[in-house]
Amino acid sequence: MALKIVVCVKPIPDPAYYKDITIDPVTKTIQREAIPTIINPADKHAIEEALKIKEKFGGKIITLSMAPPNVIKNIHEALAMGADEAYLLTDKKFAGSDTWATSYILAKAIEKIGGIDLVITGTETGDGGTSQVPSQLGEWLKIPHLWNVIEFKIKNEKEVYLKTKIENGFMEWKCKLPMAIAVSREINTPRYTTIMGVMKAKKKPFQKLTFDDLNLDEKRIGLVNSPTQAGNLHLLDLSRKGKIIKGSKEELAQFIIDNLKAGGISVEADPIICSCEGETGNE
Amino acid sequence: MNKDIWVFIEQVQSNISGASLELLGEAVRLKSKMKNPGKIVAVIIGSQLSELIQVVSMFGAEKIYVADHRKLRLYQPDYYAAILTHLIHQEDPHILLIGATYIGSQLGPMVAIRVDTGIAAHCVELKIDDNDNLVAVVPAFGGKLLGDILCPNYRPQMASVKPGILEKPERIEVQSQIVPVDINFLSLVEPKLKPVGICCHEPKGVPLEQAEVVICGGWGVGDAEHWQMLEKIAAKLGGAVGCTRPALDEGWSQGEHTMVGTSGKSIRPNVYLGFGISGSTHHVCGMKDSKLIISVNKDEEAEIFNFSDFGLVGDIKEILPLLMQSLGIS
Ligand SMILES: Cc1cc2nc3c(=O)[nH]c(=O)nc-3n(C[C@H](O)[C@H](O)[C@H](O)COP(=O)(O)OP(=O)(O)OC[C@H]3O[C@@H](n4cnc5c(N)ncnc54)[C@H](O)[C@@H]3O)c2cc1C
Repeated sequence: MALKIVVCVKPIPDPAYYKDITIDPVTKTIQREAIPTIINPADKHAIEEALKIKEKFGGKIITLSMAPPNVIKNIHEALAMGADEAYLLTDKKFAGSDTWATSYILAKAIEKIGGIDLVITGTETGDGGTSQVPSQLGEWLKIPHLWNVIEFKIKNEKEVYLKTKIENGFMEWKCKLPMAIAVSREINTPRYTTIMGVMKAKKKPFQKLTFDDLNLDEKRIGLVNSPTQAGNLHLLDLSRKGKIIKGSKEELAQFIIDNLKAGGISVEADPIICSCEGETGNE
Repeated sequence: MNKDIWVFIEQVQSNISGASLELLGEAVRLKSKMKNPGKIVAVIIGSQLSELIQVVSMFGAEKIYVADHRKLRLYQPDYYAAILTHLIHQEDPHILLIGATYIGSQLGPMVAIRVDTGIAAHCVELKIDDNDNLVAVVPAFGGKLLGDILCPNYRPQMASVKPGILEKPERIEVQSQIVPVDINFLSLVEPKLKPVGICCHEPKGVPLEQAEVVICGGWGVGDAEHWQMLEKIAAKLGGAVGCTRPALDEGWSQGEHTMVGTSGKSIRPNVYLGFGISGSTHHVCGMKDSKLIISVNKDEEAEIFNFSDFGLVGDIKEILPLLMQSLGIS
């Protein structure tokens, strides 16, 4: 039973830089060009899950990304982890697509690849963070799908057993392939790339697909045709006065106790006395 | 074209979920902002729903659609989505609100594809514009940026909101019209996906969202031993312990439900005490509304100090034992 698996891998601007994001005062657009891209962290768990399945049952892992053309580095990383083939969907016409349009484009690409048994995604992205694409992709493909999968086991004859997360617990499911799953972060620990993997990655099949390669309705994709439209943007000013307090460990601990009291928290505390005699102890 | 505002009602062990209750309150508020308002409509799907209907009718629902059947007892996405799609096609609502819970986060976007409309995810605020349309404010880039999302050309205008973002509503008396949904058409739906079990456990201690003091620990707490100190201090103060993602990954914290941030809980306690947290946008957006923010970090340059009222430069490993001692914890 060799499985053909598509893993959706999104290159995103590195979250370590989000605090520096600004809005251009004139064009009112987000300035993020300078931020390097990384593989969306949740998607590494998706790649890992595919690798584990392949190790057990054999098959082929195809990564699918929709992004501007300059993300080859991220795609090579996914291949270096062990994926077999990569597709990059890249076209100016795709830019600005909302989750409706994005999932539609991804689905058309998966249909073009054809014969897929399993689609794996992460649960959320670090940039947009809507969590909506996985379920919408499953809808377009008209296959069963589950979000936030914490356990995935293939039994005989493509019958699968799954667990998904819910508030304070989990649900258990049975299903048959083909299906689409969005895996939760706790399902596995993604492997690191090896030097061998990195060397092999550059020789693996990699293909770019554009609008012309896919059977898409142009009136339903991109920024202007997406059902949801972006209005005003606001940068959040999260800063506070940030008064720096330095002192001995005793002074810092006492500071915390005093402020808990000031904040209306009932504290029955003994005064903190310095253990190193003679310094601040008797003040 | 009506201006009805619909709310999908989710249940947690036969009770209304917090997210759904908050959304009912929000629907009442949004309706009051509209020039030509419609009705507030709740949709309940499940089995043995009479108590739930009672509750929903006490919080402003003027009309309640009830799909009550044994096979709807456990959430099955195809059934639930089919019922919502059926009702939406029939009634053409103006707005549909859904909790961004584990179930709602799947169901909402599914229904949006089936009825061909847009959905705004994880909204932090909902507004009504001059044309009585919905303006949904959503976070991006870990919450650093907020953007208005509109859905001008498609109906219903859908939005999801996480639990704990909106206020808990007051009761209001309205005459609710209860409409049973004929679900015979479900015999045509043959789901390949079968829910076979559910397991829930009550988390112990004060819920993070309700605690007056939250002690948050990050990667800098360093080990399980010092994490225990956080737990003991929080218990003594009648508060709760929150965590960042790395602390969750290390297995120190009690679980995912204690993570604070864009992917976790949003909290607004009287006092937030952070230990060994660097101040990533993803975390700060979950605690920024706290009244007083005190952070302890050994790095004087730590980003978290910019987002705090007080930044204490010091080593957690020295400060925690002193706090324990002072609070009389052994
Ligand atoms: C899609 C996505 C969603 C995310 N969602 C969330 C979320 O909801 N919540 C969340 O928290 N994170 C989230 N993250 C992760 C987030 O980006 C950061 O990685 C995380 O918040 C950092 O946690 P930290 O501050 O504990 O760890 P670090 O960044 O490693 O910081 C540790 C800090 O501890 C200090 N320290 C170390 N030792 C000591 C000591 N002995 N005494 C005092 N200080 C010490 C260090 O100086 C440092 O500042 C998300 C990431 C992604 C990609």
